[in-house]
Amino acid sequence: MSDHDYRPKSKVGQWFNDRLPLLTLANHLTDYPTPKNLNYWWTFGGILTFCLITQIVTGLTLAMHYIAHADMAFESVEHIMRDVNYGWLIRYIHANGASMFFLAVYIHIFRSLFYGSYKSPREIIWILGIIIYLLMMAAAFMGYVLPWGQMSFWGATVITNLFSAIPLVGEGIVTWLWGGYSVDNPTLTRFFTLHYLIPFLILGLVVLHIWALHVPGNNNPVGIDIKKPSKDTVPFHPYIVIKDGFALLMFMIVFAFFVFYAPNILGHADNYIEANPMVTPAHIVPEWYLLPFYAILRSVPDKLLGVVAMLSAILILAVLPWLDTSKIRSAVFRPLYKQFYWILVADVLILGYVGAMPAEGLYLLIARVATAYYFLHFLVILPVLGFKEKTLPVPLSITEPVLGGSPNLAGARNKESKIE
Amino acid sequence: MKNLFKLFSIIILIITSHSYSFAAEKVEYLKTDWSFKGLFGKFDRASLQRGYQVYTEVCASCHSMKYLSYRNLAEPGGPEFSEAQAKAIAASFEVTDGPNSDGEMFTRPGKLSDKFVMPYDNVKAAQAANGGAYPPDMSVLVKARGGGVDYIYSLLQGYEEAPSNVSLDDGVYYNKYMYGNKIRMAAPLSDGLVEYGDGTNATVEQMSKDVTTFLMWSAEPHLESRHQMGFKAIVYLIILTVLVYFSMKRIWSRVESEV
Repeated sequence: MSDHDYRPKSKVGQWFNDRLPLLTLANHLTDYPTPKNLNYWWTFGGILTFCLITQIVTGLTLAMHYIAHADMAFESVEHIMRDVNYGWLIRYIHANGASMFFLAVYIHIFRSLFYGSYKSPREIIWILGIIIYLLMMAAAFMGYVLPWGQMSFWGATVITNLFSAIPLVGEGIVTWLWGGYSVDNPTLTRFFTLHYLIPFLILGLVVLHIWALHVPGNNNPVGIDIKKPSKDTVPFHPYIVIKDGFALLMFMIVFAFFVFYAPNILGHADNYIEANPMVTPAHIVPEWYLLPFYAILRSVPDKLLGVVAMLSAILILAVLPWLDTSKIRSAVFRPLYKQFYWILVADVLILGYVGAMPAEGLYLLIARVATAYYFLHFLVILPVLGFKEKTLPVPLSITEPVLGGSPNLAGARNKESKIE
Repeated sequence: MKNLFKLFSIIILIITSHSYSFAAEKVEYLKTDWSFKGLFGKFDRASLQRGYQVYTEVCASCHSMKYLSYRNLAEPGGPEFSEAQAKAIAASFEVTDGPNSDGEMFTRPGKLSDKFVMPYDNVKAAQAANGGAYPPDMSVLVKARGGGVDYIYSLLQGYEEAPSNVSLDDGVYYNKYMYGNKIRMAAPLSDGLVEYGDGTNATVEQMSKDVTTFLMWSAEPHLESRHQMGFKAIVYLIILTVLVYFSMKRIWSRVESEV
């Protein structure tokens, strides 16, 4: 961050900036040196910011019309869908926006896994990201409860009941969460409050996430440290802004397709039946983005251990920078890791699939194998791979991405010194 | 670029096939050509009006539609009865109102602003009158069933003699498309049950299609404007995307890196 010597041109600007350096911040953001070889997987950070803002804006609008009461919530959602001007549009953007948000965050996370973006010196960015992801899951889960349909009610019942697995205090905690002896009006009102709060917590964490990013700068597909600014970087504006904008528009086309032409395809039909504590749905399934963890939960026969496994599956990500012992960041130069990476991707997709199926027979067996492999990947394969793997030679700079033998290496070194 | 396209198509495939897998576990539903499907899908007005007739003459004696108001019948994108027709429909129902200045409830003819009058006062009354089964509210029924319109359309035509190995209790009927094949509702439709004003032949198939179309509208009253706006929005986005793509190419041509 070498741009702190910035001075506004105008007198007024200088006067203001000396007192509150907002213009310095703006200058830092536009000039921010970004690796020029970032591919489209790197555009999802911007897309996620868009998703968050969209959810907050549509959510605020919905909250103006929604009534958080067990007797009126379902009806107020129908009121939004029918009588509020463009209420159907706002609600469908919000409901599908949650799915789009998770779609983008999963791509963002798996991009980080592929290119080793979580490694030193970016551990704090990564951990902040995991906290954001956890909060997103909490917000999404509570948001799904608000329409007070059958899946809302029974999803809330199943998930909150997980806490009863905690020894001794479990039952007490569940009663405390519910605000009563079953999921009921007090549960709904507190979920609404928290659902309203969490996005702003996420917003704050996103600021920290970006701040922490701007200290070491972006990782890049080659995964090497680069000099900033240099021939290897471009200023954030206009290069990255336009590229992120282009990717965002592509993303919005997909988003719009769901909102306008398949707005209910990602939801469950049962959630259009008003919550009824006397009737249990045949299959209680969470939203698609939580299915892999749901599969892990159900694959363990013991309730407490199931909950522990599910939480560990997420929390294990937080210690990933220390589980991965390889010094090389990008999978491009790690032939073995690359293969294990794609096996992990397949493993998570399989977990998602079996999470939607009844937990019995072959599905249960597959879920157990996939769960075991998930932990094996992080706890055994990654630590061992760092020591055993024979990595490919890594280039010295982005402008010299191909590296054969030592002559090239010398050439790259020469170039480096010239840039300096 | 190519990767991004690939990714989006794979993701969409996964997500959509995923949701379909919930519905796919059941029998094949009967198919018909719904006018409201597709990019430009619109409701067939005449079918909606006939569907309302079927609903009000057949279904409404047991099934409520509590989220609809009589004014909806005259709104654009729906059956589009004229305002006078909708007023007449509303007035043909007795609505309990009050309390008046004497503190008493009274009945009066319905107004456009009234919600559809419910056949029973409450769920218990509905159950008592129907052998313990609650006839579900039909406002959002097609969205509340996995197979959607195809399921409802098939169910209405799915009544059959029970196979010999299935025993049915009193007041339970066999239906090919019902979950578990047992349904508490007797076959509601029979040929010629209603007399259509426009001369359409009231076969079971025709009535099933009309009433299902009506239910689709009642569940998604803004479907037409959604489709229209969606098309405009997506065309707009595509044009903007192309423009931004070429601007991006131009800007990035200053550095030798590829986008």
